[in-house]
Parts: sequence; structure tokens; C-alpha cells
Amino acid sequence: MDTLLMDGLAQTTEQQSAADPWRGFAPGVWRRSVDVRDFIQRNLCPYEGDAGFVAGPTARTTALFAKVTDLLKQERAAKGGVLDADTEVFASITSHAAGYIDRELEVIVGLQTDKPLKRAIMPFGGWRMVKTGLEAYGYTPSPKLEEVFPALRKTHNDGVFDVYTPEMLRCRKSGVITGLPDAYGRGRIIGDYRRLALYGADFLIKDKKAQLASLEVSRIDEDILRLREEISEQIRALKELVTMAASYGFDVKRPAATAREAVQWTYLAYLAAVKEANGAAMSLGRVSSFLDIYIDRDLRDGVITEAEAQEMIDHFVMKLRMVRFLRTPEYDQLFSGDPTWVTECLGGMGLDGRTLVSKTNFRMLQTLHNLGPAPEPNLTVLWSEKLPDGFKRFCADTSIKTCSVQYENDDLMRGYWGDDYGIACCVSAMRIGKQMQFFGARANLAKTLMYAINGGKDEVSGEQIGPAFAPITGDVLDYDEVMARFEPMMEWLAKVYMNALNAIHYMHDKYMYERMEMALHDRDILRTMACGIAGLSVVADSLSAIKHAKVKVIRDASGLATDFEIEGDYPAFGNNDARVDDIAVWAVERFMTALRKQKPYRNAMPTQSVLTITSNVVYGKKTGNTPDGRKAGQPFAPGANPMHGRDRKGAIASMASVAKLPYSHAQDGISYTFTIVPGALGRTEDERVSNLVGMLDGYAAQGGHHINVNVFDRETLLHAMDHPELYPQLTIRVSGYAVNFIKLTREQQLDVISRTFHDKH
Amino acid sequence: MTPPLPQARPGSVSGWVHSVETGGTVDGPGIRYVLFMSGCPLRCLYCHNPDTQHMHDGTRTTSAEVLDDIALYATFLKRAHGGLTLSGGEPLVQPEFAAAILRGAKALGLHTALDTSGFLGNHADDHLLEDVDLVLLDIKAFSEKTYRHLTGVPLRPTLEFAERLAGMNKRIWLRYVLVPNLTDDAAEIDGLAEFVAGLGVVDRVDVLPFHKMGEHKWKALGRKYMLTNTEPPSRELVERVRGQFQAQGLRAD
Repeated sequence: MDTLLMDGLAQTTEQQSAADPWRGFAPGVWRRSVDVRDFIQRNLCPYEGDAGFVAGPTARTTALFAKVTDLLKQERAAKGGVLDADTEVFASITSHAAGYIDRELEVIVGLQTDKPLKRAIMPFGGWRMVKTGLEAYGYTPSPKLEEVFPALRKTHNDGVFDVYTPEMLRCRKSGVITGLPDAYGRGRIIGDYRRLALYGADFLIKDKKAQLASLEVSRIDEDILRLREEISEQIRALKELVTMAASYGFDVKRPAATAREAVQWTYLAYLAAVKEANGAAMSLGRVSSFLDIYIDRDLRDGVITEAEAQEMIDHFVMKLRMVRFLRTPEYDQLFSGDPTWVTECLGGMGLDGRTLVSKTNFRMLQTLHNLGPAPEPNLTVLWSEKLPDGFKRFCADTSIKTCSVQYENDDLMRGYWGDDYGIACCVSAMRIGKQMQFFGARANLAKTLMYAINGGKDEVSGEQIGPAFAPITGDVLDYDEVMARFEPMMEWLAKVYMNALNAIHYMHDKYMYERMEMALHDRDILRTMACGIAGLSVVADSLSAIKHAKVKVIRDASGLATDFEIEGDYPAFGNNDARVDDIAVWAVERFMTALRKQKPYRNAMPTQSVLTITSNVVYGKKTGNTPDGRKAGQPFAPGANPMHGRDRKGAIASMASVAKLPYSHAQDGISYTFTIVPGALGRTEDERVSNLVGMLDGYAAQGGHHINVNVFDRETLLHAMDHPELYPQLTIRVSGYAVNFIKLTREQQLDVISRTFHDKH
Repeated sequence: MTPPLPQARPGSVSGWVHSVETGGTVDGPGIRYVLFMSGCPLRCLYCHNPDTQHMHDGTRTTSAEVLDDIALYATFLKRAHGGLTLSGGEPLVQPEFAAAILRGAKALGLHTALDTSGFLGNHADDHLLEDVDLVLLDIKAFSEKTYRHLTGVPLRPTLEFAERLAGMNKRIWLRYVLVPNLTDDAAEIDGLAEFVAGLGVVDRVDVLPFHKMGEHKWKALGRKYMLTNTEPPSRELVERVRGQFQAQGLRAD
């Protein structure tokens, strides 16, 4: 035996591992510069087998989860679903002392505040939001804070409203643009939390200092100054992260040396981010295959067992399920069910053709079996036809049992984003640590069509919102005439929309900069300006009705078109019918073309999504009758879905229509939510799994981008509406994320129930 | 004004279609494009698609049009290990139309299934059956008396068709709708199980518990539904009947 190794045995395992955290790892560029992908490529052991190896919960996990379950129950019973909130201390990475659920039982530790589920005050987005948030749930901010903070510190919200133009304010009020992150954190930035585990903070700080030095250039202009200031803030955040970790007894200055440390370090980096930044979506990235390398090493060394490996992941996931932010009731109306979008990506293929599926991908899915279904973390499978069959089947089986998994097409995205991207929020792909987005909510294309018909006047209020183009005066809508007015109206909207987003993100960078998340990025990154559209199927169906049937206009006394009468049938989106699907494709491309003409802040690349989250209900509420026959106030279909009940040719036709929408013109993602009753998926459990795998393969092969899979029947949901206490964990997928069904508003519950259930059998 | 009838392209056959379901999973292996053809000579008491019984209640189309639509899904169906299923109604009411579609589906490389009662089995010539990979054969009862009471037609043609399929070594999935007090007679089921096992080509038996999901369609058609007071079979009964088939060495789900 090697003497060096003998010496090692004389030491304690811990000392030995800390001294050489990278022992046994294949060397590469990653050792010299920050390059997590290179580390994964050289060290990951892909797993092609089935789920036979996974372990159930340990006694410790069961005991801890009982405590968590009890806390969650108390939280649901509390006013507005808020168990506790801080009224005294502003949140920062180091603001709160270490917190525990049960120190003896927790394998992975760390909470956002000093107590579980206690929400922190994060006021840099806007003081008013914090105040109304607290008051809505029965708390009062400390008088001292209220006196001092607004007087001394300008916020993101203050900044935006200083610069908004009257036109932007009008659009915001009418709802033609809604959900803008001007009163809440933009989120959708994924720090590369793995970096802390692989390198330790000292290495990362050294790297950031070198970046700062690289910006000692001859011409120090505004861009350089901003970046220098940001990097200085990033270094400060990393140092605070070290302090916070020390309060839990960990030295994260050095790299993680064991599997447990790797999970803990990764979580602490993420925790630092959610301690300080209240972003709408605080996604995790793609950590499980990275962590697998550490777990695999410890398993091989005989230091841990499979049960202990599963325990680490179970405990990590329990923490992720407990991330909370203080939000206002208005926010909840847009994004229902208190989501945090702790999105974690599993699966995917490498550029070299090897799969990136690891055993820890299975362990992550297994948490849904060990701890039951839950909306968070938002488990996202990067689907490829080439994924190993055992993994595909475990995904489908987990979907059928828990409805907690979403799927996104890796074969489609890999070409754009490589093989180390993650998903922020629901459908937004980004290279981890190399890319971020300026989240832009969405524009209401259905309302825009109404503005085209009404010469820029709002169909609900009658106010002049858009440019006063000539309205349509004929009694029957003419397709060419409507199109000739719709296009300039889209151009106008794209302009106001982009300018509003520029204002928002300029101020967000200035007053609410995400220093922790950005500390885990490279110096030079790609920024996208992620615009979005809502009401796509309403627009496609409306234009189809105008083209293929006869749509008569009904006007009110002031001449405003407020209702429509349709004579005859028209092909509706969702039936794989080119006559209308082509219109939907056109609308996506046409609006993207208009967005590409604009100049986004910070040279961002404009993109768009077809995604509504739960805001399809609010958008519908604000939009009058539309020429497709949809009545005023009725919800839009979510994301890129066909309108409820209009897809009549079955699941595959519906999927085929959605799959036609061009990802190249909607690079921020195209969301489709699919609901099927168990019996319609096959007769036996085994057949259901095979058929779901087949559907996912077929959808991916057609170029579909994203799909939420729900397998349940309408009766279950109706029963849960009346007996929420019986369904504490009933999880359903909505647009791009999962929610606890019983946490939705009644209106949103009804919307979910009215959607198309594929139930032919 | 009635729209002009679609012109059949050369080699194309006209026919009547009730509807299409593109995401079928229970009418053959994998994900199926299920074409419901209209027209059926049987008048089953439990029929859950009574709106497909009359051919002319469907939509007139051509095999070329149908195949154009199927072609849109060919990639998907192949990747999903599925294919085309002709159902109805009774597809063999329109044998030439069915044959043209099956031929076209095979040309697209699709797996094909024919969902039939077998009563019109002699309409299916050997050329048509050559393009069928799987027959979903409904044998609705095993005594002349029960069969005729239930369907209004004799049983014999169906059994002859089953034997002919067996002679051709054509694979069959048997379907048996289990209705309490109507098709639950143990002796009759034993007879059926023995007959089916003897065919040697039946890969599985689907025992389908009776349901009343089609009842509203009868009402909509202004027709009297005779099984209003019949309840779905109990789990025990379903298991008993599956057991009877399994006892003959058949796979029964």
C-alpha cells in the first residue's frame, strides 16, 4: 500500500478531506478557473439504470418531516397563510441569527430568518409593499423603521415611478401591460450556487478581485463604473456569506470536502440569496447532477450509505420547500399559491451525446415519494428522446403519482444554451453563471387586438390608451382591415412596453441589485430582456373567426365595439388545423419582430415568452368581450394553451398546435399545461407510464418546448374545493409551476377545473 | 345550401366519419389516432356512442383527406409506440373506405388496429386484413340468446370471424364489456374463455366494466336508455371474470 495513503489513514477522515477537497476528481481547467461545467463533464458518472436503488426516508427524515408538516399546517391556518413575520429587522445575508427546525434532526441546516417560516422584511423594492404586506397579515412595522427608512432610503419602486411616462402609466392601469416587476423583485436570476461548494469563498473572492482589476482600463465610463461598483458589492456579499455560514458552524472559505458539505455549501449559497433578495422566482439551477459527483465519491469510499445520501437530499428539499417571502395580496392575485419557483433541473443530455442523468436526479425525484407531493422545489426534467429509459419511466411514474413535475425540451434548447443551462421560474432557460434575464412580465395581445378595432380606446373604460388610429367602423369585421390596424398597434405596444422595462431594470440595478446571485456569475454575461405575451389563443381564435366565419360588431352608444356576434364555425387553435395555427405562429413572430426593433437597457437581447403563470385569470378579468366569442372577464387560457374546451380532437392534436409555435421567436419559453384523467392514459399502471413517456417523446420530437403534466380527474378537484383539509398536499401544475390546489383563490380553482381535461376512453 | 361533396382523388374512397381522437391510449398499444367511423348494424343496449350508429350522422369525407390528417401525426405516433385505430361505429360497415385508410396508414409506417364487433367480418377481405396488425375484437356475449338480446343481431358471424383470424394467425385483443345481470353469467364466460384460449392468437383480454358515460347521448338523441337502473359491476365481480379468463392461461386486465 502507498505510504501517503497510509499517512492519510492515520488522520481523522474529516481533517483528511478538508485538506484535499478535490481528492479523486479528474483534473481539468476547472481547477484553475471558475468552470463548473468542465468539472461536471470530467467527473459525472451518468446513470442509465432504473429506480431500483433509491431509498425510502430514514427515521430522522420522518421525524423531521413530521415537524415540518405541523409547521406548514399552522401556516395554512394563520391569517393569509403567513405564520410569522419580522417587524423589526431588515433582511440581509447576516441580519438574523442561525435558525433551526430541530437541530438534532437536521442534516442540512439554515433558515432565512431565526425561525422557520418567519418572513423577513426586504424593503429595497419599495417601502409601501412591505408595509401593506405586513398589515395585510396582521402585523405592524416597527415605528422606528417606518420613521427612518422611507426618509433615508430611496427604493426601486420610487425610482421607477420617478421616470415612468404618462403613456406607460396608462398602459399599466388599463392592463394592456400587466404584472410588471416595478413593485416587486424581478427574480429570474440563477446564481451558480454550486461554485461555493466546488471552490469555497476564498477562491471566488480572489477571482472577483481579479475581475475588478481587469476593469482598471484607460477609459472609465458609466458602464465600467457600474460594473466596478457591482463587483465590489459582489465581493462584500461573498464575505457576508462566509460570516453567515460561520454562524451555523461552517467554514465556507474553503471548498466542500464531503457530500454532506457539498449539499450544505450549495444550500448556504442559495440561502444567502433568498435571505436578501425577494425575487419573484428564486430558482436553484441544476445542482443535483453536480452534487452526485460528491455523493458518488463518498459512496465509493464507503463513508455514507444510500439511505444517508437520500437523507441529505430529503433534508435539502425540506429546506427548499420552506423558502418564504412577504408579499402583498395584489402580488398573490397575479402569482397565486405563494410560489417561490425554486426551480431545479434534472436530466438532459451532454453536448458529447452522453446523458447528464445521475443517480441524484433520481434521489431528487424520490423526495416527492418520501415527503409527498409539493409545489417546491419546481422539479423540471430536461427531456430528450435519448434520455435513459429507466429515468424516463421514473419521471412519468412520479408525474402520475404526484403531478409535481414539469418537462422542457432539452433537444430543442441544447442548441441554444449548451448543456449547463438551468430554468429560471417556469420556462426561461439560461446558461448557469453566464446569463441572466431582465424579467418583463407580459403584454396583453388580446386587448391590443381590441385597441386595433377601437382606434386605441380601451374596450372596458373607453379611455384613449393607445394611439388614436382610425377605428374600424364596419358592421362586419374584415380580416385584412383588422390586420392592417393590428400590426401598427403591436408596434406601438412593443415600443411602450420595452421602454417601461428599460425604466424598471435601470432602477432595479440601481436600487435593488442582486449582489449575492451576481457574485456567482462571470464578469461578462448575456442579458436577455424577457418580454412576454398573454392571450395568444384568444387572438388566434379571434382572427380565425374574423377570417373563416362572420363576426358582427356590436357597439355601445359612444361607438365603442364592446361585443361581437359570430355566425358560422371557425377553426380554433388546438386542433392541429393550419388555418388557425398559422395565425398563432404569425402573432408570435410578428410581436417578436416588433420587440427586436427596440433598444433594450444594457444591450440586453430581446426575447419573449408565451407564459401567463396564474395571471391568465387577471388578464381575462381586465379584458372585454373578444371576437372569438369569449365573454368579458372570462379567463384567458394559460400560457400557450388552446382556449378551454375548444381543442376537440384530443391530446395529440392540442399538443401539435402548441408545438408549432416557434421557439426561435419565443426563446424565453412556451408554456403548455396538459391535464388528463388517469383512465385516459392507459388501463394499467405500467401502460400509463409507457404512454406518458410516449407522449413526452412525441411532443419533444415535434418541437414542443414545455409541458406541465397533471393526471387527475375533475371530481378530485371539486372534492378538494369543498374539503381542503383532506388535501393538504394536493399539488397541481399550472402555467410553468406547481401550486398547492387549496391555496388558490376560488376563482383560480374554478379556472383550473374549467380547463380541458383529456378524458376520452 | 349543402356544401359540395368532397371529390375523391384518384385512388381515394369516400366515406363517413364521426370524429377523431388523437390521444387515445386504450384502443391498442401506445398512443393512438382513433378514427371513429359512423354506421353500425348492432344496437347494443349499453352503446356509449349511440350517435355513431347511423352512417349519415357522420361527416362525408375521403380516404385521402383522412390520410392527410393522419400523416400530420405519423412522427408522433411512431415515437409514442402507437398507431392508427379504426373504431366506430363499426368500421366494417364501410370496408372499402376502411381498406383505403389502412393501406395508407401502412404506407406511412404506422401500426394499425381494427376495433370491430366481428359481425361484418366477411366484409373484410384478406387484402384488408393484410394491412391490419391487430384486431380489437368485441365478443359481447357467448350465447346466441344473450348476444341477440344485447345487440339485436346473431352471434355466429363474430365467432366465424374470430376463427378465420386465428387461421391467418392475426393477433387479437379481446374486449368484453361486463354488465351486471346481463353479461356476468359464469358459465357463459367460462365458455367464452375456453373458446378464446383455443384460438391461440389472443394476446390479452380487456374486461371492461360497464359505465353509463354514454347515457346522456341517448337522452340527447331522444332515445330510451334501457340500463338506467343498472350499476357498474363491483370490483369483486370484475376480478372474478378476469380470473375466469386467466384460468384459461389468458392475460386479462
